[in-house]
Amino acid sequence: MSGDHHDHEHRGHGDRDGDHDHPHPHSRPLSDPELRVKALEQVLVEKGLVDAAAVDALIETYETQVGPHNGARVVAKAWTDPAYKQRLIENATAAIAELGYSGIQGEDMVVVENSPTVHNVLVCTLCSCYPWPTLGLPPVWYKSAPYRSRVIIEPRKVLREFGLKIPDDVEVRVWDSTAELRYMVLPERPPGTERMSTDELAALVTRDSMIGVARIAPPRA
Amino acid sequence: MNGVHDLGGMHGFGAVARERDEPVFHHPWERRVFGLFAPSFAAGLFCVDEFRHAIERMGAAEYLQSSYYEHWLHAIETLALEKGRVTAEELRTGHAATGAPHVTPALSAANVPALVRSGASARVDAAVKAKFQEGDMVVVKNIHPIGHTRLPRYCRDKLGCIDRDHGVFVFPDSVAHGKGEKPQHCYSVYFSAQELWGAQASHNDSVYVDLWDDYLVPA
Repeated sequence: MSGDHHDHEHRGHGDRDGDHDHPHPHSRPLSDPELRVKALEQVLVEKGLVDAAAVDALIETYETQVGPHNGARVVAKAWTDPAYKQRLIENATAAIAELGYSGIQGEDMVVVENSPTVHNVLVCTLCSCYPWPTLGLPPVWYKSAPYRSRVIIEPRKVLREFGLKIPDDVEVRVWDSTAELRYMVLPERPPGTERMSTDELAALVTRDSMIGVARIAPPRA
Repeated sequence: MNGVHDLGGMHGFGAVARERDEPVFHHPWERRVFGLFAPSFAAGLFCVDEFRHAIERMGAAEYLQSSYYEHWLHAIETLALEKGRVTAEELRTGHAATGAPHVTPALSAANVPALVRSGASARVDAAVKAKFQEGDMVVVKNIHPIGHTRLPRYCRDKLGCIDRDHGVFVFPDSVAHGKGEKPQHCYSVYFSAQELWGAQASHNDSVYVDLWDDYLVPA
């Protein structure tokens, strides 16, 4: 990717048809944020404040390398290695770093464990803090006003809308990560997975289960 | 500040809208905004607390009507202008003014992997005494600072319990305004859902909020 590749990609703000990877070197005028970021980047690059190649490298990293497949490996290892799980609960940052995941927006991690009596769910009501090294960049719904306003006051209703019914006798713990700690949920291992390898287990673990808005379904027979 | 960004517990925003197979970015310009954050931070345009506060200052109606990466774009523009690193004229023309000082980028592409791996922890290695210990009952101060704060409105004046001490971190209410790190302990504080939301909440449920020493008093 070149620093100015977006010159040729004319896509508006409300344009949501999903084929965002294809450039369209024709027709539509640039939208307001497109024009603004183009101007901002150009000025910062011309002044030597920003290296466009560094911008490219960051985009590449978070679009293709960092994502919930990292967190899934942490979860699968915790399910299969009791000593690792203990390290993960006691010092999540160090235990996650053992698998090679660390850094921006995961500098100081906490892992909270789901159990038959406790269900954990994460939010940042003030902005959209999220554990990038293990889960990647957050989905739009996590950053949205409906989720941030509601999950803190009516978590059971929100979880129900995600398809998750929490029994009345299970405690719902909502973690509002408004400081510099970043959280990840260790979901429960589903039944019927006793013979699965760590890699097979990791493939079952979803992003939403590590936010706490989903359970992990047992594998299909 | 009691801004609209402090959304916890508000009504009227509707259902949570999810997107199946959501891409990491929805538009190419979002990629560029995202990618500008770390290099701008490295160049000294802002710290993360200044960045968050710039978003909070953007105006309630505009905040709610614009997307996440528009918030980021607004913050980078605002802080680059306020810090005198760019001018409004330069942002209008999309070019550096003739004769503007030229520096070497603080973050090169070669250094991106190392930065991604290390990040920039707000934890401070300082011998600061903790005011509270695990199990202590605390009341959150009923304060309404007009500047930046990470104290959500919904837990002010509420009774909680120290769940764990995370250690010493810089204090965002101070750092966001260039008034120093003011390092202090940050705790996970337990609140019963009913303490925060009344009898409508389940008696089983709880909310954990990370709060700094300066937000808390002994119960």
